[in-house]
Amino acid sequence: MELIQVLVAGIAQGCVYGLIALGFVLIYKATEQVNFAQGDIMMLGMFAAFTLIAIAGLPWWLGALAGIAITGVFGFCLDAFVLRRIIGQPQFAVIILTIAVGFVFRSAAGGVWGADPVSFDTPYGGLVVTLDENETGRTVIDAADLTIILGTLVLVGALYAFFRFTRIGVAMQASSQNQLAAYYMGIPVKYVISLIWGISAAVSCIAGILLAPKIATFDPDVGFLAITAFAAAVIGGFGSLPGAVLGGLIIGITEQLAQAYLPGEYARSIAPISGFVILLAVLLIRPDGLFAQIQRKKV
Amino acid sequence: MRFVFKTGYDQDIRFFKHTGYWQSYGFLFLTAVTAPLYLGNFEISELTQAISFAIAGLGLMLLVGFTGQVSLGHAAFFGIGAYAQAWLLASFDISFLVAMPIAAVFTGIIGFLLAIPLLRMTGIYLAIGTLALSIVLEQILKSWKSVTGGFDGMAVEPASLLGYQFNPDSWDFYYVALAILILVLALCANLLRSPTGRAMVAVRDSEVSARSMGVNIARTKITAFGISTAITGLGGALFAHKLQYLAPDGFNLIISITFLLMIVVGGLGSLQGAILGALVVILLPQAITIMKDYLPPSIGHQPGLEPGIFGLLLVAFILFEPMGIYGRWRKIKLFFDIFPVYRKATFRRQKAYLKTERMR
Amino acid sequence: MSAVLSADDLTIRFGGLTAVDSVSFEVREREVYTIVGPNGAGKTTIFNLISRIYDPTEGRIRFGGADITETPAHRIAGLGIARTFQNIELFEHATVLHNLLVGRHCKSRTNVFEELAFLPKVRRAEYAHREKVEEVIDFLDLQPYREQYIANLPYGVRKVVELARALCTEPKLLLLDEPASGLSVEETENVAFWIDDIKNDLGIAILMVEHDMSLVTEVSDRVMAMNDGKTIAEGTSDEVQNHPDVLRAYLGA
Repeated sequence: MELIQVLVAGIAQGCVYGLIALGFVLIYKATEQVNFAQGDIMMLGMFAAFTLIAIAGLPWWLGALAGIAITGVFGFCLDAFVLRRIIGQPQFAVIILTIAVGFVFRSAAGGVWGADPVSFDTPYGGLVVTLDENETGRTVIDAADLTIILGTLVLVGALYAFFRFTRIGVAMQASSQNQLAAYYMGIPVKYVISLIWGISAAVSCIAGILLAPKIATFDPDVGFLAITAFAAAVIGGFGSLPGAVLGGLIIGITEQLAQAYLPGEYARSIAPISGFVILLAVLLIRPDGLFAQIQRKKV
Repeated sequence: MRFVFKTGYDQDIRFFKHTGYWQSYGFLFLTAVTAPLYLGNFEISELTQAISFAIAGLGLMLLVGFTGQVSLGHAAFFGIGAYAQAWLLASFDISFLVAMPIAAVFTGIIGFLLAIPLLRMTGIYLAIGTLALSIVLEQILKSWKSVTGGFDGMAVEPASLLGYQFNPDSWDFYYVALAILILVLALCANLLRSPTGRAMVAVRDSEVSARSMGVNIARTKITAFGISTAITGLGGALFAHKLQYLAPDGFNLIISITFLLMIVVGGLGSLQGAILGALVVILLPQAITIMKDYLPPSIGHQPGLEPGIFGLLLVAFILFEPMGIYGRWRKIKLFFDIFPVYRKATFRRQKAYLKTERMR
Repeated sequence: MSAVLSADDLTIRFGGLTAVDSVSFEVREREVYTIVGPNGAGKTTIFNLISRIYDPTEGRIRFGGADITETPAHRIAGLGIARTFQNIELFEHATVLHNLLVGRHCKSRTNVFEELAFLPKVRRAEYAHREKVEEVIDFLDLQPYREQYIANLPYGVRKVVELARALCTEPKLLLLDEPASGLSVEETENVAFWIDDIKNDLGIAILMVEHDMSLVTEVSDRVMAMNDGKTIAEGTSDEVQNHPDVLRAYLGA
C-alpha cells in the first residue's frame, strides 16, 4: 500500500515540525517572546552534531547527546546575555531581534562550516523496513521516519513528566502564568526563563538530529524549515504544547499527501505551501488560532 | 537654544514647523537634486534603488510604525506592484507614469480586500498570517504563467515619456524616482496630520480608548493596510523599471524581512526613518565591499558576510537604540536645541515588568 | 428634569459569574450621579456596558431617548458619551495635543482621500478642531503640557489629560472611572472644582465611580451603592452612607 508509506513519511515530517514548534511554544508560553531564530538554533545544533560525529569521529549517540547539550547551553546563554536585555519591550522588538540573531547565526555557520551541504552517518541511515513485497514493487518505510516518530513520542512524554512532576518544571509553569507573582514566591524567574530557552534549544537540536538522516544532507539554510514549523505552532494555538505537535502533524501529513496525490504541476506548486494555506484557513475562522490564548484587556 | 513663538494654528499644521526645518530640509533637497553632478552613474543607480525601497518602506512604516500592525508579507505587495506595472505596460499602450498609479491603486485594492479577514488577527497571529500570505502570493507569481511568465520571469518595457526613453541606471530616471518619493512623502505627511492618521496612532497606542473616542478600529486598520500596500506597490512599480526583468523569487520572505528591518534601523514611527533605513540597506553592501579589502581573506570572502553584518547591526540597534537612526538624530538635535539642560531621561521609556500581550 | 441616560434591568454574566445583576438607574440632566461600592461590585463593568465594550446579557440602555443597547462601541462617542479609564488609557507615544485631537475624531467628517491631499476643507476642519481643543486646554489649565509626550508626564497630569480628551468629544454625558484615584489631596480638590464646573458651566451630566467618599459627598447629587453586582441603596450621599446594607457591605458586619 502506497498510502501507508505516504502517511508514515507525513507523520515523520509532521513530528519534526511538531518538535520545532514545541521549541517556539515553550518560549512563548514562558515569556511571550516569539523566537524567530528557532530554526537557526536547530541548524547550529545540527552542525554541532556534525562536527562531533563526522569531524571529531565520536560515535553517533555520544556525538548526538553532546550536540544536544551544547545547543541547550547555547540557548541558555542566548537568553541570559541577549534576550534578557529587552524584557518588557514590545513583542515586535523581540521579533526583530530574533530575526537579526538568526541572520547572524546563519552567516556565522556559513563562515565556519561553509555553504556546501554536509551530512553525518547514523547507525540506521539508509535502512528500510519492508512491509509488503510483490511483483509490482516493495512497500517500505524508512528507518529514519520511524526513529523520528519514536523519538518524538519519547521526548513529548519526557517533557510532560518534566513539567508535571519536577520542582523546576512546576516553577516554570508558575512563572509562565504570572511572572511577578512567581518572583514574589521566590522563584528565580530570570534563571527559569533562561533555562526554558535552553530546553527549547535542546528540543530543536533533537529535531534537527532526528531530521538529518531523513534529508540526507543539510546546509546553513536548513533553518528555514522552522517557518513551516512556526505555522504549525500557530495552527495548534501557539500556547499549547500538544497543540504544537498536532499542528505539525496536520501540516506534515497534508504536505506529503499533496505531494503524492495531486497531479504533477499542482503538486510542485501547492505541496510546499499547503501548510500555509491551512494556516490561513484556520486563522480566518479563528483569528487567535485553534486554542485561543488571548484575553481582552481589562480597563 | 531655540525659542519658537507660536502665533497661529498653521504653525502646528504645516510640514516645516520653523525656519530651522526649512534650512535643513532645503539643504537636504538641494543635496539630493544636485547628486548627479558629483556622483557617478553607479551611485546614482544605487540611489534610485534606495528610493524605491524607501517608498516601500514608507508604506510599511504607516502600517507598522504608526498603526502598530506588523506585516511580514510586504514583499508580496511590492511584487504585485512590480508585476502589475510590467503587465500594464505590456498589455496597454499607456505611459509608465499613467501605469504607476494604476499599479499602486490595484495593489492597494488587493491589500484592502485581504486586510478585511487578515486584520481580525492581532500581534503574533497577524505577523504569521501576513507571512503565510506572502508565501502563498509568491507561489502564485511563480505558477501563474500566462500573466507573470512563471519561473522564466517577465521583461519590463522601458520607461518612456513623449518619445524620450529613460535609462533606469542614469540621472534622468533618478529624478523621476525622486519626484515620486517627494510626492509619497507629502501624501504620508498629509495623512498623519489629519484625523485618519491620528486615529492610526491611537489604534497603535490603545485600542480600547481609541474605540471609546469614536475611532472605528477595524476600519482604521483596514484603511491603513490598504494605503500601506498601495504605497508599497508604487515602490514596486518603480523598482520594476529599475530591475528591467522580474523574477518571482525577487519578492520573497527575505525581502519582506528586509523591509521590516529597514524601518527599524531607520527609526519606527517617523517617515524620515523609512528613508534612512533604505539608505542603510542599499549602501551597506557597498560599505562591506570596501571593507572587504581591509579584512583577512578568511573573513572577507565568506559568502554570508553581508546578512551577518546586517544582523549584527540590527541586534545593536534593538539593544542600544530601539528608536533607530532618526531617534538618535532627534536626541542629538535636542541636546543642542536645549543645551545645556539636556537630561538623559528625556527619552527614557518606562519599563514594564512584563507587558503581557495576551491581554488586549 | 428629564433623564439623559437610563439603564433598565442591566445584567451581564461572564460564564457562571453574574457581574451586574439587574441594575436600573437613570442619570438626569446637569446631575452628578455616583456609583460607589467595594472592589469587584461591578461598577466598572457598568461603564464598560455603557461604552459598549461588553454586551449586556439582559436589559436595555437608553441615551437621550434612543436605545443604544446594540450600537457599536465606536459610535458611542459620536452620540455624546465620553469616558475616562481607571488605569489611564492615553496614547503614550503622542503629544498631549495629539491626544486631545483624537478626542475630536468623532466629529471629523472628512474622508481619507481628502486627507491624503489635505484639501482646504480638511485644513478648515483642523482649525475648528484645534479651536475646540484650545478651549478645553484653557478650561483645564493644560497650556504648559501642550507639546509634551504623555510618556514624560506625571500621573496627576495624565489624569487631567484624559479628562480633557473626554471633554474634547463635546459630550452630553461624561463617565468618570475613579477620577481621583492615585491623586494627592490638592489634586483631588482640583478634580472636585472641575466636576462642578463641567456640570454647571458646560451643562454636562456626569456618571462617576469613586472611592474617595469626601469627593463623592462634595460633588454628587445622587449616589448609588452596589455590592456583588446588585444595587443596595440609592439616594443622597448621606442617605447612602448611613444605609444599613451599605455599612454591612463595607464592614462585613
